[in-house]
Amino acid sequence: MKPPPFDYVRAATLAEAHAVLATEGTDARIIAGGQTLVPMLSMRLARPRVLIDIMRLPELATIEESAGSIHVGAGVRQAELLAWPDLASRQPLLAAALPWVGHAQTRSRGTVCGSVAHADPSAEIPLVLVALGGSIVLSTRRRQRTVAAEQFFIGSLSTDRRDEELIAAVLFPCAPPEHGYAFREFGRRHGDFAVTACAALVTPERVRLAVGGVADRPVAREWGALAGSALDDALNEFAYDLDARDDLHATARFRRDLVRQLGREVIMEARRCLA
Amino acid sequence: MPRLSATSRHAVSFVLNGRSTTADAEPRMLLTDFLRHVLGLTGTHVGCEHGVCGACTIHIDGQPARACLTLAVQVDGASVRTIEDLAPEPGRLSVLQAAFRRHHALQCGFCTPGMLMSLDAYLAANPEPDEAELRKYLSGHLCRCTGYVPIVAAALDAAKRLREDTANA
Ligand code: FES
Ligand code: FES
Repeated sequence: MKPPPFDYVRAATLAEAHAVLATEGTDARIIAGGQTLVPMLSMRLARPRVLIDIMRLPELATIEESAGSIHVGAGVRQAELLAWPDLASRQPLLAAALPWVGHAQTRSRGTVCGSVAHADPSAEIPLVLVALGGSIVLSTRRRQRTVAAEQFFIGSLSTDRRDEELIAAVLFPCAPPEHGYAFREFGRRHGDFAVTACAALVTPERVRLAVGGVADRPVAREWGALAGSALDDALNEFAYDLDARDDLHATARFRRDLVRQLGREVIMEARRCLA
Repeated sequence: MPRLSATSRHAVSFVLNGRSTTADAEPRMLLTDFLRHVLGLTGTHVGCEHGVCGACTIHIDGQPARACLTLAVQVDGASVRTIEDLAPEPGRLSVLQAAFRRHHALQCGFCTPGMLMSLDAYLAANPEPDEAELRKYLSGHLCRCTGYVPIVAAALDAAKRLREDTANA
């Protein structure tokens, strides 16, 4: 299994990366950590004519907090975000989910934005982004736009990114005061993609649950306080609405069960953490 | 802007096991093949070639990483350490390697270079590892021979000896 031939551009400025994307369109792929793209090349699932390496661009390598969000640049590796000293206090849900992304041996290279760009329906980072109502900053040579995560992920491995755009950063809203959170996933082995993953955010009046691994993208739903048996009814309805499918890893029915069960667990845990 | 063409080889300059090294690679060459075939360092093993088994684990800039998930051109300017650099000198094993031998933590030895490189980094960062955390960390490696029990025992033993070494230093 060897990658097919491609040219390789080590972009020295963001403008260079944009210029190559603008001329090559779908024949170009951005490479950051390469933890998803390199195996896709090896398995010949991707056949770009040129790879654009953006890891030498200092403007993409930053983690910053501003206007109530954590801005994570396209060059930030997952391990770097995990080691960011403010992570647990600013965004505890992200801090809880990141250790589930791949393995320590891949988080050392894999980037946060790379996982968002790949848009695997069971990946943790897209799930957290949707759970938090985060957004994605896309840029071209001429302009920049910000897309809400719920609009960005449009299906399995597909996103709203246009051919000439690159993901410059993703924005995770900081944790608001007075809220509880929890994250759990079920997989066959630690480090595997989740069969089902759930992230919950609760306030005294609202419950928000995001589910990954069931639909073709991470999906979030929000309710009122969901007192008493309303919780189980809401979860059951959500589980059916996600349109689970059977595959190699689990049946649709098992996935619905996981939504009901993990969903309940994370909501209860989030409530405890609120109390 | 440097555009490296697909059909020719390009110089990759990096630090390999403490020595400045330059060798040529096509853009599509994986770091595993670069190390093994171009540089002759065959200690880094290749199992699955798509990031699942951990046999190819090395250090890039001090962090454990999969060589098979890295292109040779990506390590230009980086510092790479492979299993060949683990023993302190020829004929002497590192504390971790010696613990592997004592505990029979290898049978066929295929997974061993990756296990050792990963654990070497882990023990340096976590001198007092807890067994559950260690097992989670090792989930990034497959071993089809040992059942992992002796590997975990060797790692815990090595951690203990390394702590004693530091205490007595
Ligand atoms: S050969 Fe690299 S992880 Fe298996
Ligand atoms: S010793 Fe044979 S695979 Fe681990």
